[in-house]
Amino acid sequence: MNRINSLADLRKIKDDLQAKIHLREKSLEPEKLVQIKVGMATSGIASGAKEVMSFLIEELEKRNIEAVVTQTGDLGYCFAEPTIEVTLPGQQAVVFGSVDTRKADEIIEKYIKNGEMIDGILPTNFEII
Amino acid sequence: MAKFNMHLLVCGGTGCRASQSEAIVESLNKRLAENGLENETKVVTTGCFGFCEKGPIVNVLPDNTFYVSVKPEDASDIVAEHVIKGRKVERLLFSDPETEESVSDSRHMGFYKKQIRIALRNCGFIDPENIEEYIARDGYLALANCLTEMTPQQVIEMMKKSGLRGRGGGGFPTGLKWELTAKVPSDVKYVICNADEGDPGAFMDRSVLEGDPHSVIEAMAINGYCIGSNHGLVYIRAEYPLAIQRLKTALDQAREYGLLGKNIFGSNFDFDIELRYGAGAFVCGEETALIHSMEGMRGEPTFKPPFPSECGYLGKPSNVNNVETYANVPVIINKGPEWFASIGTETSKGTKVFALAGKINNVGLIEVPMGTTLREVIFEIGGGIKDGKEFKAVQTGGPSGGCLTARHLDTPIDYDNLIEAGSMMGSGGMIVMDEDDCMVSIAQYYLEFTVEESCGKCSPCRIGNKRLYEILQKITKGEGTMDDLEKLKNLSQVIKDTSLCGLGQTSPNPILSTLDNFWDEYVEHVTEKKCRAGVCKSMMRYIIEPEPCVGCTACARACPVNAISGERKQAHTINQEICIKCGACMEKCKFNAIFIK
Repeated sequence: MNRINSLADLRKIKDDLQAKIHLREKSLEPEKLVQIKVGMATSGIASGAKEVMSFLIEELEKRNIEAVVTQTGDLGYCFAEPTIEVTLPGQQAVVFGSVDTRKADEIIEKYIKNGEMIDGILPTNFEII
Repeated sequence: MAKFNMHLLVCGGTGCRASQSEAIVESLNKRLAENGLENETKVVTTGCFGFCEKGPIVNVLPDNTFYVSVKPEDASDIVAEHVIKGRKVERLLFSDPETEESVSDSRHMGFYKKQIRIALRNCGFIDPENIEEYIARDGYLALANCLTEMTPQQVIEMMKKSGLRGRGGGGFPTGLKWELTAKVPSDVKYVICNADEGDPGAFMDRSVLEGDPHSVIEAMAINGYCIGSNHGLVYIRAEYPLAIQRLKTALDQAREYGLLGKNIFGSNFDFDIELRYGAGAFVCGEETALIHSMEGMRGEPTFKPPFPSECGYLGKPSNVNNVETYANVPVIINKGPEWFASIGTETSKGTKVFALAGKINNVGLIEVPMGTTLREVIFEIGGGIKDGKEFKAVQTGGPSGGCLTARHLDTPIDYDNLIEAGSMMGSGGMIVMDEDDCMVSIAQYYLEFTVEESCGKCSPCRIGNKRLYEILQKITKGEGTMDDLEKLKNLSQVIKDTSLCGLGQTSPNPILSTLDNFWDEYVEHVTEKKCRAGVCKSMMRYIIEPEPCVGCTACARACPVNAISGERKQAHTINQEICIKCGACMEKCKFNAIFIK
């Protein structure tokens, strides 16, 4: 029984429930958060993009980093799947190739937390129209 | 617990449900299950998104993709392409009518750009049948704070400071109303929510109740705490079955969580809410008539004073507020009255929800800050007039309001400006008219409504409106005289001055404002027997131009009353004496030879 008997009760329940719709609230202003797109084309999925995506979602939450993780189509780097595109607030997007969970962990720790450049960045020299 | 990384929000308002949104939810769930995604992607039925023109809406989060006019069979594409592969389904995206580019993100759609959503904050965002989603959005926090940390008087001061005024139409300051009811000593008092939304074309109250019922429940409890009442009543029309069902579900959940009932939040405040159903009579939106209807008597108004704040339901002090007014209350408490008062104009604070209808591209429900101009609402948010036609007028305030014209387009919308312009805020219906609308017929339409809805208690309204209606009928039939126009004016004034309640006092407004703004059109009807919009049938004449007519006889065969004669391969003619102006001939003519004059 979830009876709420005090303001403290309500706050506690609210915090527990927050996770349920947190995803929706984040989507209101995604540009203020870390945005990660995981390339989920057939080649990406085959090389483990799904595991990477679940890993990112879980770990970012565990490490208290507000981020929006979405899937996207083929980023075009089939030689380096799985690929993920990371956009830090107010910065240009950076694409990482051959990301497994170990690499993802490094990306979170070094690039996302400290803005430190690491190996595995794919050059994005195309223009988006 | 399943960890969802994607939410699919599907509109479950009355409008979208009518276009099979329930079937969409079902087939989305089925497709997700087939792909083993039921624990990763969650389908949520929400309230109204407001963009009813393009419903049903499916909003994919977190990437904020806005799919419009979705059909149940589109579910497979949404799941296969978007959910699995992250590719947007282009054909379901909203396409900007001006640039013809598809817009995926609702935040970039003209329809949403200028909106600020306070009353509609949760509509289209949470599942209205799940109290947990409301709590997660700071639901019941305002009530908790009021009960545990503030005195009733402090809460009333907050409401007064916020400048919130009644959203049902009258615009009476809400805080003041609460204070008046609080001051009257009585053992029993009532909090009444007026959900008897009656203006033709207005559906904001229904949408709030369907999309966010808990905000109204919470606000009513706060209201009860302020005035010293333990009983809440919602007077809702029985023709809103979905709103009733959601409200009932919400009430049950609130009781289960102890948010209604005894000793709420451990305080010594008790509160509960009951529903009362109305039969859908327009006059019952008037508070005294509403109260009588709830008491089981005829829905007829009585003279004020005494106001309900002194002598209301069962003779006890009662506070009556409208649904949208209540929906604003929890936010004001949570965000502070200063925040609320910083939005809007000098005399009208906050936002107002409008229901856009008529000849406008984006029919739907919008919420804008007070002080937004009609031009912004109609042309930017509303997307302009359908089929590129000319804007003629906008009717605000329902049968009690008036028609505003192009010269009012830059008027900032607030309570006082609208009254000055000869209309009123009303509950927020906005019906847009184009060059094909005849203003005399529009006035006649509203009068027909008032005559139908008049309760018949006082004679100015019962008899006067009927006479007004008859005069308008005479004019649209082409039998009017200049004398009639004079009579319309005088009688309207008398009805306004002498009617018992708001219904009669405002019912001539559609006539007065159209007389004011479209005098030429009335004169044309009377002196030239001409309806420039081509609406008044008796004044229309179908004419066959002899030049383009090839004598194919198609029109003569289509005419149900044999009014068309002519030899084969010779130009035909229409006998105006017999013609019933049905237009069948014009539809059949392949040579564009038939015109309306």
